[in-house]
Amino acid sequence: MANITYHHAKGNVDSLDAEPGMTVMMAAVIHGVDGIIGECGGQAICATCHVYVRDEYLDGLPAISGAEEEMLETTVSPRNPARSRLGCQLTAGDHFNTIEVDIPDEQD
Amino acid sequence: MNAITTPDNVVVVGNGQAGIQLVDSLRKEGYTGAITLIGEETHHPYQRPPLSKDYLAAGKDPVPLPLRPEKFFTTHDVDARLGVRVTSIDRTARTATLDDGTTLAYSTLVLATGAANRELAVPGADLAGIHGLRTLTDAQALHARLDTVRSVVVIGAGFIGLEFAAAARARGLDVTVLEYADRPMGRALTPVMSGFFADAHGRLGVTLRLGEGIASFDGDNGHVTAAVSTTGHRYPTDLVLVGVGVTPRTELAAAAGLDVDNGIVVDGSLRTSDPNIYALGDCASFPNTHAGTRTRLESVQNATDQARHAAAAILASRPGKEPGSGTGVESGSMPGSEPAGGTGAELGGYADLPWFWSNQGPLRLQIAGLVAPGDQTVLRGNPAEEKFSVFCFRNGTLTAVESVNQPADHMAARRLLAAGLPLTPEQAADPDFDLKAYSKQQPATV
Repeated sequence: MANITYHHAKGNVDSLDAEPGMTVMMAAVIHGVDGIIGECGGQAICATCHVYVRDEYLDGLPAISGAEEEMLETTVSPRNPARSRLGCQLTAGDHFNTIEVDIPDEQD
Repeated sequence: MNAITTPDNVVVVGNGQAGIQLVDSLRKEGYTGAITLIGEETHHPYQRPPLSKDYLAAGKDPVPLPLRPEKFFTTHDVDARLGVRVTSIDRTARTATLDDGTTLAYSTLVLATGAANRELAVPGADLAGIHGLRTLTDAQALHARLDTVRSVVVIGAGFIGLEFAAAARARGLDVTVLEYADRPMGRALTPVMSGFFADAHGRLGVTLRLGEGIASFDGDNGHVTAAVSTTGHRYPTDLVLVGVGVTPRTELAAAAGLDVDNGIVVDGSLRTSDPNIYALGDCASFPNTHAGTRTRLESVQNATDQARHAAAAILASRPGKEPGSGTGVESGSMPGSEPAGGTGAELGGYADLPWFWSNQGPLRLQIAGLVAPGDQTVLRGNPAEEKFSVFCFRNGTLTAVESVNQPADHMAARRLLAAGLPLTPEQAADPDFDLKAYSKQQPATV
């Protein structure tokens, strides 16, 4: 079981256990973490699951694909060159066992 | 200000992508009146697009992706009634009656009833083992069966049929697709893109039979054993997936006397011929500025963007309006004649750019705009590398772009088409032309 911590702009925190294979987006949508919608169902076609990954968890994440790259240019909150990712592309077990992310202001 | 409060109750029929987004948008825009949401299915609202893609992959039972979390109805103060159906609408009394006997009063009624799968009427069509794919229940049944079958036949080479075909091939199954037309996805794609997908599915190991419709099914003990095509070929199979298109769910609207013409007819505000009733998403026929005609679209983009627009239109029509005064003025079509309303910003007609996607095995197809027959087409990129786009022009104007594994082209196309930036066929075809940078510039005029 992996652990995902979501830090909201207002300071509150959601912390969830996630089965391997679950993405940062899916876990948030299923458990009702505010600020993450996943409108396209995890296809990297929208940017409604944009998160900022905390620095200490960036190692081990997959490279940004062409599709994700394009969507990260359309996020509502400004892109952070190092930390911005789409939550649907980050998978528990494959890419992390523990991760902490910040939810962008404008999504929250 | 705006002190008049008549008992507001927005009743939303349908809890798919359109209905749920409408509820979300109403609350986001500050609507504080009552909302009742009615859904036929008992499941908590879920996303349909993954059902024909990731959901069908081999492995343990997949988890459906909710459209919003379980707590949504509580946090958004929505009276959600799931597992019930609206049986009739009384437009004079402004009530909707449900199949559990309840009658609900509405101030505004929203029809987000979606579409139903078209069914085959050929001999044997009612045999077991013949599936459709629309609901979570359908997908659960298919996921369970796919573990036990060796071969499948797909009727119809549309998006759903080909997504399913690719998913079944990924599981190592024998897959045959029958399509009565001469090319796959013919209603939505250019001939060149259809041709690419016909070849690509061949490379995936799918047997695609074009020009062959379904004539009948053979069965044994009530279970399908073979599909027989209109050319007389017989294809033994363990499972059949029917994907021959949909029909809009208009029966409720028609029975209530609303205008219906391949969908519930709405104006630019997504309002039906009754000013207190709106329709949106798969079930609505709307004046489409991108097509230059009335269309009905089946997509997540269309459902969610129309829901956002309808929510704004509903709220813009409320302040100061006498209930029941229904003037018949189309608020989206005559901006100059609108009285200075309480909401300030003028709401134009719905005009969002249509876009679509379909994942078929390793191929990610994205479409911006609407492809029409006879468009001039220009290639950008290399189909042999499975990374390219088809740019469509009509009378020299860019109208649509189809992209395979080229998300940058797709996003550039959406910016170009939404902003109305001109592009020449020569620019589109020139690999040295920086499409992305060009698409990000501001239009010359406001």
